Amino acid sequence: MEEYSVIGKRVPRIDAKEKVMGEAKYAADYSLPGMLWAKVARSPYAHAKILNIDTSKAEKLPGVKAVITGKDFNGWTWGFMATTRDESPLAVDKVRYMYEGVAAVAAVDEETAEEACSLIKVDYEELPGVFDPEEAIKEGAPVIHAYRANNVSVEYHWDFGDVDKAFADSYIVREDRFETGKVVTGFLEPPASLAYYDPSGNITVWAAKQSPYFHYRHLAGCFGLPLSKIRIIQPFIGGGFGGTKNDSVAGDFCVVMLSKKTGRPVKYVYTMEEVLTTCRRRHNMIIYNKMGMTKDGILTAIESRVIGNGGGYTAIGPLTMFLTGYATTLPYKLPNYRYDAWRVFTNNPVSAAMRGHGFTHTRFACDIQMHMIAEELGIDPVEMRIRNAIDNPKPADGYSTINGIKFKTCGLMETIKAATEDPLWADRDKMVKQEGPVSYGVGITGTTYQGGARQLGHQSCGAIVRICEDGTINLITGATDCGQGSDTVLAMIAAEVLGAKYEDISFKRVDTAYTPVDPGSYGSRVTVFAGQAVERASRDAKRQLLEAAGKAWNVKPEEIDIREGFAFLKDKPEKRMSFEKLAKIASYEGAGAVILGTGYSSYGVEELDFSTGTGNGGTSFSFTTQTTRLGVDMETGKIDVTDFTIAHDAGVPLHPVSVEGQNEGGAVQGLSQAIYEGFIMENGRTHNSTFLDYKMPRSTDAPRIKVIDIITDDPDGPFGAKEASEGSHVSAPPSVVDALHDATGIWFKELPVTPEKIVKALKDAGKWMK
Amino acid sequence: MNLHCRVNEKEYDLEIKPHMTLLDLLREELGLTGAKEGCGEGECGACTVIMDGKAVNACIVLAAEAEGKEILTIEGLAREGTLHPIQEAFVEIGGLQCGFCTPGMVLSTKVLLDDNPNPTEEEIKKGLEGNFCRCTGYTKIIESVKVAADKVRG
Ligand code: FES
Ligand code: FES
Repeated sequence: MEEYSVIGKRVPRIDAKEKVMGEAKYAADYSLPGMLWAKVARSPYAHAKILNIDTSKAEKLPGVKAVITGKDFNGWTWGFMATTRDESPLAVDKVRYMYEGVAAVAAVDEETAEEACSLIKVDYEELPGVFDPEEAIKEGAPVIHAYRANNVSVEYHWDFGDVDKAFADSYIVREDRFETGKVVTGFLEPPASLAYYDPSGNITVWAAKQSPYFHYRHLAGCFGLPLSKIRIIQPFIGGGFGGTKNDSVAGDFCVVMLSKKTGRPVKYVYTMEEVLTTCRRRHNMIIYNKMGMTKDGILTAIESRVIGNGGGYTAIGPLTMFLTGYATTLPYKLPNYRYDAWRVFTNNPVSAAMRGHGFTHTRFACDIQMHMIAEELGIDPVEMRIRNAIDNPKPADGYSTINGIKFKTCGLMETIKAATEDPLWADRDKMVKQEGPVSYGVGITGTTYQGGARQLGHQSCGAIVRICEDGTINLITGATDCGQGSDTVLAMIAAEVLGAKYEDISFKRVDTAYTPVDPGSYGSRVTVFAGQAVERASRDAKRQLLEAAGKAWNVKPEEIDIREGFAFLKDKPEKRMSFEKLAKIASYEGAGAVILGTGYSSYGVEELDFSTGTGNGGTSFSFTTQTTRLGVDMETGKIDVTDFTIAHDAGVPLHPVSVEGQNEGGAVQGLSQAIYEGFIMENGRTHNSTFLDYKMPRSTDAPRIKVIDIITDDPDGPFGAKEASEGSHVSAPPSVVDALHDATGIWFKELPVTPEKIVKALKDAGKWMK
Repeated sequence: MNLHCRVNEKEYDLEIKPHMTLLDLLREELGLTGAKEGCGEGECGACTVIMDGKAVNACIVLAAEAEGKEILTIEGLAREGTLHPIQEAFVEIGGLQCGFCTPGMVLSTKVLLDDNPNPTEEEIKKGLEGNFCRCTGYTKIIESVKVAADKVRG
């Protein structure tokens, strides 16, 4: 790795000062004069026909300015694919999950809006509901959407190689059923939106969106306006993690419609209870995994049948089910593979994308099952991983999986080496195995995640670098930092390429009226795509600066370089001038030049074939080996996870603080899904809809985390970068479950593994200590 | 009803509704939006402010309870643009990502360090137990608090 001035340094985050001072403004922090507050009236039934809605009483309540129902949206629906646009902002004829929105109110304050909601009278005809996806696909189950009479919203059947022959020839074939939990993104900032539909017909919105340009297009479609009339001004975003803040949610459309009706700005802030009962969550999936191996523990084939609990609408489900199948051929060599998937409508809240999108389910199943087979064959699990791991290809050759996933670097082998040489794993035999009722265990897992997602839709991404005459720099992109640190990384790239000081870069947040279009923060794409655009825009600006310097010094531009805030002659570095002086010279040329650099990302879109399961959904892949140490109380089932070591190949870590922070955060969120988090649902009702009952880790639950960077310089990322955090999020649950097995001798195949499940399993196995 | 209190060393005489929360008073009436509303029910700590030296969840404290009290919000911590050493530590170490939990974390750290300038790692974790963070996995926050403690002790 060549010596950079800014890249790879531990600079402070560009937004840190505003954030620690409480000056960073989030959507709910904005208000406008004359602003009204909105609330949504929600259905008490999970599945019911709407016979009639009477809003007259609500309308008469003093302080109420407008009431809307689903009919106000004139049949407009949205969704990920043209064929699955099945969701309307408010339910029209039917509700499909409990607390789905049926009407919305704008009033002078929140209390009045809430009271008005309670005065809206809706006549329902309750319908039988279906909540379990395996029940929902049975013949005769209640039909949730007329356009999918079998309740299957998405279905894939893929076949690669000769699976039947491979199983027949295998020394061992194992079948297991796994299930992943009903979990939610858990961001701390509830969705909020402030909208103004002004009388001249322009919509301006401040909304908590990690993909503001999705919302921009949704609003244009919903209100039948050209994009130029929609303006999303992006506040700071209080966490994203996919799903809700990628997509639009009911309240986002309601505020705009209510503003249109009242001619006043309207604000809506979800309550956390609304988030936990109605917002997008991860698909809970049932995975029937069948894995074959040779006597030496070499993978021969995998057949996975996956049933996704889709909830009431399709949302981004087609992509989820694609990724869930797509990921199985990584990070171990797999010659034969069959995938059958059904995403099923149920009368539950809508399932959609979440961090580690798609990969979390099948990677969990495959990783655990691989270890189960290692145990049966008496092969060391690390040795088995090494035998199957995909090697680091020569970048010129690349690697291609059986389903056509291509990449140029793979540091998996090095991550295995680093993680197993680390004392947490290497010294595991020296540790105490039992202390009173507490049994200790160490687990290992290996995984991958895709960086630079470039599937379907409008993936364009550009950047503008404006050199101000005082030598400071305005960096303008459409990219969103929802906490991951991308504003910082993009500013670092600009400073590096321009030769400017990092402190002189100011990052301009998204305003769809001015910033170049960008699809947003998901699929670990921002550093890769916006990073490339920024790199190119900075080069363009630098070229103009060098020309100006060349004129001033009467030399060719190629003879000059700029670094760390100074322009200098390459072969006579004493001849130099400050970046500020150069900016002045360049800007004051003639009548006043304007130095603008522009650039865009050219990775483009890869066609994914959803029906056959082929295609390449990203630019590159991260690889992770993670080890976990924990203690289990064999009497109470309580688990204390004390240590994580995460050896992670993120390419070149451009901002190590963010790469570590993302890995740490991703892994703790993954830990949580392994043992804490899960909605308790009964007939579509969420029983734990508060943070008191929906268990997320607190500071006292956080393990010690060590992140080891494995550096592969990926030619497809800016400065060699790949993805960070989704990998550690995917690797944490199987790693924890593996450690639990080490401690108890029991395999847990359903997440989350709660103390109750542990005690029950210990009792069944005759290991309960009491 | 009438309310008299001091917020960030400024005196206020206000007319409030009896059921108004301290968080709504700060955010809606005084325009101090540094304290955030996450859960609104005392579980997440995003709304943490300091009342007479104690960290409280402003979403479950009535504004009326602030009568005669001294409130410190995140906006009152830096002095004329100079960061408090705790804020400096969070910036240096990177103890923040989306920043939504950050005002609460910083103020809880202040109360912790005012009580115990030399906390162990366990005491730090205990001191921040009431403040959720979904982004960082807490590692860098705990590190920031250690560095902050060094700075505060001087
Ligand atoms: S908003 Fe007050 S504790 Fe969560
Ligand atoms: S930094 Fe996002 S919640 Fe803590």
